[in-house]
Amino acid sequence: MKYIVILLLGLLTGAAIFAAGLAYNPFISKPGLSPLEVTDSETISLAYSAAPSESIFYTNDGESIIEPHPENVLQLWESTIRQSSAMATVLRDGRNQTVGLGIKISSLSEKTRLLSGRAITDSVWYVYLPGRGAFFVEQSENYWDYLRNVVLPAYRSSANTWKGSWLGNVTNGPNALGTARVTGSSGEFEGMDMLGVESLSVRTWRVEGGPIAAEGRLLIELPAVTDAETEETIVESD
Amino acid sequence: MVKTFLIGIILGIVAAAGALYAKPAVDQVREISLVSVAANGGNRENFRINIPVDRVMIGAAGQSSGLPAGLEWPEDDILATVSTEIFKVRNERDVIIGVAARTVAVEDDSSVIDWVLHLPARGSLFVSMEPAAMEDGHRVGELRTGTEEFRSMTGFVAERWVSNTSDDEDAPDGRIELLATYVSRVEESTE
Repeated sequence: MKYIVILLLGLLTGAAIFAAGLAYNPFISKPGLSPLEVTDSETISLAYSAAPSESIFYTNDGESIIEPHPENVLQLWESTIRQSSAMATVLRDGRNQTVGLGIKISSLSEKTRLLSGRAITDSVWYVYLPGRGAFFVEQSENYWDYLRNVVLPAYRSSANTWKGSWLGNVTNGPNALGTARVTGSSGEFEGMDMLGVESLSVRTWRVEGGPIAAEGRLLIELPAVTDAETEETIVESD
Repeated sequence: MVKTFLIGIILGIVAAAGALYAKPAVDQVREISLVSVAANGGNRENFRINIPVDRVMIGAAGQSSGLPAGLEWPEDDILATVSTEIFKVRNERDVIIGVAARTVAVEDDSSVIDWVLHLPARGSLFVSMEPAAMEDGHRVGELRTGTEEFRSMTGFVAERWVSNTSDDEDAPDGRIELLATYVSRVEESTE
């Protein structure tokens, strides 16, 4: 009997060591600079509040840490969409001026592999910028670093709150170099295939309510204009 | 005794790793896709949205009462001509299978009507509708792009309103039907 108890204690200790190793394993951290941060092409930077209470609208299954906003919104409780969320938000430019509307719909992804540090969410953005046009962003996001550096410390904190400064790219594909696939549909974006990256900057995160002070940013790289296209434009204008 | 404890630790690590490897962290619930073969090639799928029960949000400038109650649409002038609705989407058997957003924007020279349909575990569709409706009231749009299983698809989507004809008290006012016709890009290039 004594040996069984000790074996069980060993099992629990082993599981705890594994969990700690998984959470703090430095080899599965993937910090890095987004390729769009150093691009020579023209980019569009769109900022939004990543705190759901500051969005126009946010809904999920109603049982998650992040509460729907406004309070009486219809929740996505059906089994097929229970792991999904939807958000509508105002998008702002670098001068904090409203430039458009963004709608993001996400679902937890079956590509999630915690063993290899992949906490994946599949998401799509619909972005409409009045006077400029609309585009669609497809991305898979990896929240592993966010979970490890923000959410876990919040749970460990006696105040159930994490405060600090965390900045990271969450976009993890589907394009090469971990960028999102962006398809233009109208206005100046019509017919354009572009790249995008979404990043998050979190300052406060609570176990009750999720992100309290957080900003998100969508960085879209417009296709580079070739010399031939520039010459064509000059000839046309002549 | 120490040996037993050490064996327990190793077994615990192996068991935890094995459990995490074997049991998927995310397992989406799937409904059978109700896709039929179209007469002239491609596949067809019918999506439905019962109104008002499936409407999750409606936001537009100047609306007296938004949905949900308490929704505050931004007062910025730049969004004055933009409106958005978010719905739950059903399949032909009336089972909820996804979430959709319909955005309408009126510009000086043209209008934009775009749909995004997100079906977890299957993928998403992005459709741009023709602003002008056909004579019988339905509107047709082009499937601009898709993700996951819809990535290699091209095609079009027809949108129409079907009023309720049932006398049932609980019946919805009507439904929005989205009839999608997909053609695989591979199939298209082979032809």
